Amino acid sequence: AGKTKVDDDVLDNLEEILVSSDVGVETTLKIIDRIEARVAKDKYLGTDELNVILREEIAGLLAETNVGNETEFTVPSDKKPYVIMVVGVNGVGKTTTIGKLASQFTKSGKKVVLGAADTFRAAAIDQLQVWADRVGVPIVRQEMGSDPASVAFDTLKSGVTQNADVIIIDTAGRLHNKVNLMNELTKIKRVMQKVVEDAPHEVLLVLDGSTGQNAFEQAKQFTKATEVTSLAVTKLDGTAKGGVVIGISDQFQIPVKYIGVGEGIDDLQVFNKIEFVDSFFN
Amino acid sequence: MFNNLSDKLDKALHVLKGHGKITEVNVAETLKEVRRALLDADVNFKIAKNFTNTVKEKALGQDVLTSLNPGQLMVKIVKDELTSLMGGETVGINLSGTPTVILMSGLQGSGKTTFSGKLANYLKTKKNKNVLLVGCDVYRPAAINQLQVVGEQIGVEVYAEVGNQNPVEISLNALKHAKETGKNVVIIDTAGRLAVDEAMMTEISNIHKAVNPHETLFVVDSMTGQDAVNTAKAFNDILNFEGVVLTKLDGDTRGGAALSIKSVVNKPIKFIGTGEKMEAIDVFHPDRMADRILGM
Ligand SMILES: Nc1nc2c(ncn2[C@@H]2O[C@H](COP(=O)(O)OP(=O)(O)OP(=O)(O)O)[C@@H](O)[C@H]2O)c(=O)[nH]1
Ligand SMILES: Nc1nc2c(ncn2[C@@H]2O[C@H](COP(=O)(O)OP(=O)(O)OP(=O)(O)O)[C@@H](O)[C@H]2O)c(=O)[nH]1
Ligand SMILES: [K+]
Ligand SMILES: [Mg+2]
Ligand SMILES: [Mg+2]
Repeated sequence: AGKTKVDDDVLDNLEEILVSSDVGVETTLKIIDRIEARVAKDKYLGTDELNVILREEIAGLLAETNVGNETEFTVPSDKKPYVIMVVGVNGVGKTTTIGKLASQFTKSGKKVVLGAADTFRAAAIDQLQVWADRVGVPIVRQEMGSDPASVAFDTLKSGVTQNADVIIIDTAGRLHNKVNLMNELTKIKRVMQKVVEDAPHEVLLVLDGSTGQNAFEQAKQFTKATEVTSLAVTKLDGTAKGGVVIGISDQFQIPVKYIGVGEGIDDLQVFNKIEFVDSFFN
Repeated sequence: MFNNLSDKLDKALHVLKGHGKITEVNVAETLKEVRRALLDADVNFKIAKNFTNTVKEKALGQDVLTSLNPGQLMVKIVKDELTSLMGGETVGINLSGTPTVILMSGLQGSGKTTFSGKLANYLKTKKNKNVLLVGCDVYRPAAINQLQVVGEQIGVEVYAEVGNQNPVEISLNALKHAKETGKNVVIIDTAGRLAVDEAMMTEISNIHKAVNPHETLFVVDSMTGQDAVNTAKAFNDILNFEGVVLTKLDGDTRGGAALSIKSVVNKPIKFIGTGEKMEAIDVFHPDRMADRILGM
């Protein structure tokens, strides 16, 4: 026994849930196709079983890149210093995420150094300084308006001298369609390599969880300029679901590493795909 | 920014060309494409659905207008409907107070502080106003510094109280200071907050009650997705704001949030932000926006 086909109204309902979570039409259709194919093959008995299948198939899109299933804030031990460059469009939560990450790495016994390479936005350096003081880690900074690549260079120099385990570089928010600003990121990256050959080891793209389909273009353009290696999705403590990262993770094969769930120092979590998918249905 | 949507509509409307008249059958595929284009542009799911239903009724109701072929007719119907959804006339800002009090509200990172500076600069340089900026974000690290740097850039005084954690008190003191120093406009920058954060929503409601602003503006990031309607509605329920500010339109977002917000709270979009610099502010023109959506 068991059904091999999902009722139309169930699929309609699913479509509404997914699109309303910012998953996007294309990825939603892909998910629905996967579910239909799976059901045709495996059959299902009741709603409960269908729900399990549904969640598994959605998580499946993420699983292809989120293989690690990490639960701790860790960095690879064979890279010292491990250099993380944080990028993203304006106001998504880069600086805040850096503060939270610095706190987590410090708690796990790592020596962290921050670099204030957002030299453009009003009081961006002061903002990172407040976070550095909160966590109790050193920060490398220059004047507002100075060359961000030079700040990044200084930070790596200083980090190496101080025997740092982790160096995190803050960068100014920039819209991905601004060619000059995107080239600047490529330059910051290149200059860092004069100090640490294979730096940055991680390029963390921060996405605002309330962003809609434009996040796709953000991922695309930042990847082009800086080879993004991981994602953080912020502001998931609100009602926005951040569903657009499913398609991004699937298409660009970039793992989601962290989620931001508040403005406090401890409001950062290691990404858990099952909990994330479940949140669409709550 | 709306190029993709316009392309898609063009493509969808193409389907209709060559058909003699608009019928249930030949309109269905087109509307599916229109709906998809709207969803890809982040127009809210329900609003996109209502929109296509309205367009369908209008299209079928009109039957065949002999002067137009169905494709042109559909373009017109879609455009008219979009325009009316975006609001009719351009709505300016009320500057009748002595001083006029303007309160900023919105989610974290939407662009409130930057826009406060832009608006102050605009009113100072274009409308000859003597403006006071007020820093009521007592939470975000260096929020007051940020406003002070902005104030310095544009030559506008910033009122702040170091150590005072009570934004209601700060804003009332600022009003007093504004009157004493002969300011015409007071712009109050507030902390970003989520609509589900009850304590913070109560806080802004208290500021609102205390200063009784002439204009409360809801600042929203134009890249916002499906959640735009929930947030706009929640802020409007509490503040009954006068207008909306749409920021970061210098990006390539299709900005369907503009459509969604307007149709859910029925408040005008008054200004747009088009960059990080203090000059990057423009008044909102619904007709231009509708044209832009359709690429006309
Ligand atoms: N509710 C909530 N707010 C957040 C979260 N992460 C960051 N924020 C807030 O979002 C706002 C912007 O954060 P920032 O860290 O300054 O963002 P940014 O990307 O560095 O911004 P720019 O440097 O201006 O591009 C601040 O008010 C933060 O407190 C989160 O996970 N949840
Ligand atoms: N490109 C672009 N960036 C903008 C625009 N408006 C604001 N920004 C940027 O967006 C980021 C956030 O702006 P803020 O003014 O700090 O936002 P906010 O709403 O005050 O943030 P919180 O106080 O943390 O809630 C900054 O990097 C600004 O420079 C705009 O119209 N275009
Ligand atoms: K945002
Ligand atoms: Mg920042
Ligand atoms: Mg602010």
